Amino acid sequence: MRLKALGEWFDQRLKLGTPIREVATHHVPRSTASWCYVFGSAALTLFIIQVVTGILLAITYVPSAAEAWNSLQTLNHGLTLGWFLRGVHGWGSNFMVVVVAIHMAQVFLFGAYKYPRELTWILGVFLLICTLGMAFTGQVLRFDQDAYWGLGIGVAIVGRVPLVGGALVNLLLGGPIIAGDTLSRFFALHVFVIPGLLIVFVTLHVLMVVTLGVNDWPMPGRVVRRETYLKEYAELTHKEGVPFVPAAIWKDMFFSACVLLAVTACAAFFGPFGPTGVPDPTIIQTNPRPDLPFQWLFAVLSLLPPSTETVIILVGPVILLVALFLLPFYSGEGEKSWRRRPFPVLIVLLVGVALVVLTRLAVRSPWSPVMDAWGGDPVPPEYLRGRSALELQGALVLQDKQCRNCHALGGLGGRRGPALDSVAVRLTPDQLIRQVIQGGGNMPAYGKNLRPAQVTALVAFLETLHPPGQRPAQDASQAGLPSPDLGSPAPR
Amino acid sequence: MSDDVSRRNVLFRLGVLVNGAVAALLAVPIVGYLLAPVRRNGGVGYMSWITLGTLGEFPEGQTRMATFRNPFRRPWDGQTADIPCWVRHLEGENFQVFAINCAHLGCPVRWFPQSELFMCPCHGGVYYADGSRASGPPPRALFQYPYKVENGQLMILAGQIPTLAQPLGPQVQTADRGRMPCA
Repeated sequence: MRLKALGEWFDQRLKLGTPIREVATHHVPRSTASWCYVFGSAALTLFIIQVVTGILLAITYVPSAAEAWNSLQTLNHGLTLGWFLRGVHGWGSNFMVVVVAIHMAQVFLFGAYKYPRELTWILGVFLLICTLGMAFTGQVLRFDQDAYWGLGIGVAIVGRVPLVGGALVNLLLGGPIIAGDTLSRFFALHVFVIPGLLIVFVTLHVLMVVTLGVNDWPMPGRVVRRETYLKEYAELTHKEGVPFVPAAIWKDMFFSACVLLAVTACAAFFGPFGPTGVPDPTIIQTNPRPDLPFQWLFAVLSLLPPSTETVIILVGPVILLVALFLLPFYSGEGEKSWRRRPFPVLIVLLVGVALVVLTRLAVRSPWSPVMDAWGGDPVPPEYLRGRSALELQGALVLQDKQCRNCHALGGLGGRRGPALDSVAVRLTPDQLIRQVIQGGGNMPAYGKNLRPAQVTALVAFLETLHPPGQRPAQDASQAGLPSPDLGSPAPR
Repeated sequence: MSDDVSRRNVLFRLGVLVNGAVAALLAVPIVGYLLAPVRRNGGVGYMSWITLGTLGEFPEGQTRMATFRNPFRRPWDGQTADIPCWVRHLEGENFQVFAINCAHLGCPVRWFPQSELFMCPCHGGVYYADGSRASGPPPRALFQYPYKVENGQLMILAGQIPTLAQPLGPQVQTADRGRMPCA
């Protein structure tokens, strides 16, 4: 009784009880109380968790280039459960990107961007940009080696913009180099600017879902027309509507709880992300890698043909964004059901498969040379057994000249170039000599860096690399003749 | 009555106008503040001559790493103001000073004296000893700092992270000196 009186005292003054009750119990079409409609609310829950954990981290974090890395060490090791909070914030970020992406795919497949929800979609695109912006700026705030060189990559991309590239570089960095002013800028972006925008956009986005009503379950044949849609939707909610609370919200609550559980479980089991090495640019023994949400971009940047690279990096995102913004105007009416819209299904499948494949590829990153393979990875002993002195000398040349950084032997070494385990089957001695000396096809020319005797030894060793049952490749025109360059043919 | 209304309207419009003027007045310093890092010293930029070391520190015929404190820095930069570069001493007062940043996407290139190549750990760009592109995605040769030798000291013009937009000033032609593979 006391409690009720207290509640009434507040409500007489705040006048919020009625609008809140109206929003909570507003009717939604029965079919939308579905497990397919839980991703938006999960994204919101994750955002709230990010805000809470972010504020908690900000209590300790020092946004200074000289101290940021140390303050993360304190968070990881010096404060009770500081590592866990960092873990929740880091994993929450990854989950948020994924959930937002799934939410977007679902909305796209269900035609939810069509009339009258065009603006809701456009705000959603802004929310996607902000979410990715948070992921990138957050990676910068970690201010470790990955963050430092990740910024270097961002700067190199921005520096390709025609005319204003140089100005944009200094604007992004807050100065001429990646340093103290850069971190301060990204701190302001990550903690004030983008979260502020997110709060505004999220509020409007959710408000419109409530006022316009959540998208009805798409039925094949139920076509959206500007003239009739609002009336049809009102009938739908009136006739077979259910109150959002409690008929629909319990699924949202369950899913959000599961996502939060997954985030905390990941944080507890896998711990926080980094920080990796100190942000000291003079330590170049580093292997910079982006965070999970940008791994696919790492793969794209590695695989694009150099001649088209700048155009695609700079124009691609613009085209993509324009397409996303124009989508609700291009197809604001018509069928909503994915059963009658093969193109959206195809696009979602294509983008999904591409993202997964590119991310997996980026984790392997076969295009990156293994910088210490030449000194670290052993030559399989069976490749050396019973070889002549010349061939052994060639094996030494192969290691010493860093060939292994790009070429694997016995599964060890770089994967930038082809593995050499059976190279003798593919190339004749003459072709091997030419490839070594002239390079080509992503291989540098070694002509000036190898003495003729070294080339001879190297090719002699490469000639031994073929499966036992398979003969090495031979120039057809010289079949039967002893190889002139290789000295005495080794017993095979 | 209608006079009163129109007077209110005029005052309201005046209020909007005054606030607009104040906003414009405030926008100038705000935008100027935000854009401040773009221009410095009236557009001269951040580059200035600094000493890398004495000639004796760079033996002839070798390529060695050198580090310098960036001429433009803040007290709170910490180690980030320590910038590495590769110094190639050809002979006499002939040098090449390469930026650490790969011309592709800025990752730190590493020098391998055995094969005389620079390799990038990110996307596999490779450069020859004279900085020219050997293979991989880089669109150009390694960036080179302008240098001079004064009183036995090697000096470079540094201060700005090199990008395709700002490639460390006019590029020194190296075709006539140093080794040009495939020339």
